[in-house]
Amino acid sequence: MSAPEHRDYTGAKLGMWLFLFTELILFGGLFILYAVYLHRYPGEFAAAAQELNLGLGAANTVILLTGSLLVALSVSAVRRGGRRATQLLLWGGVVTGLLFLLNKYIEWSAEIGHGIYPDSPILNQKPPGEIIFFGLYYVTLGLHGLHVLIGTVLLAVMALYTATGVVHRDDFVKLENSGLYWHLVDLVWIFIFPLYYLLL
Amino acid sequence: MTEQEHPIVPYRTFVVVWLLLLLLTAVTVAVSRVHLGPLNIWAALGIASVKSALVIFFFMHLKYEKLRAFGIFLLVALLILAIFIGFTFFDVLYR
Repeated sequence: MSAPEHRDYTGAKLGMWLFLFTELILFGGLFILYAVYLHRYPGEFAAAAQELNLGLGAANTVILLTGSLLVALSVSAVRRGGRRATQLLLWGGVVTGLLFLLNKYIEWSAEIGHGIYPDSPILNQKPPGEIIFFGLYYVTLGLHGLHVLIGTVLLAVMALYTATGVVHRDDFVKLENSGLYWHLVDLVWIFIFPLYYLLL
Repeated sequence: MTEQEHPIVPYRTFVVVWLLLLLLTAVTVAVSRVHLGPLNIWAALGIASVKSALVIFFFMHLKYEKLRAFGIFLLVALLILAIFIGFTFFDVLYR
């Protein structure tokens, strides 16, 4: 005798959205610091932003947007019963996450190689606005990078869940919620990119 | 259970949204290379807000959710963030 399984998709999704709002406040705090210090040191922030690698920043924007597309498609695919398509799309999402992190590794290696990292002797000789800019840069983008890593792992788990049949066309809320997390990571980057890389 | 679920979003919708997002990324890079003074930061934030709306309404399915609470919760969260930023600047701008 088995009781009918109780599912509450709306509740599960609302719970995920509530969690995402806490993430919004978390990153919001860092953006407020950015806004206040940009107001105080506009010239020094612009000078520091010139030193960032615009090409890699733009490439990572395209990579994350594409990752978001693949994951959005995977939710439609799973509901159409396309099990193989869902897995392929999710592994595609994992690849975008790994590419993003690879670019970040190249970018940060170069910057740290030039002696630009928190409390480095070279950075400490720069004006205070630039020290604050790079401090916020490493904290905000580091925290965002950690989210990319977590999101990538989540997508890989969802791909495996789809393969083993845990996630399927009638039970896909785990995939949908992982997708919401992945899109939030994209949303945060949509603001990071112009504020850090495109500042004049 | 089925009445809680939104309809399946067509693949084409997502691809169109993705193309718009790429276009807006190109626009934001182009605009940022022109010196407009303080307008630069507002243009960047404006374009980022439009891109966010596209991600939230389509990729995150907000447009398709039947329950109003999703939209109301989001508005409240954004309002709190706006108050947070606004009150910080009341202090910072007039001290």
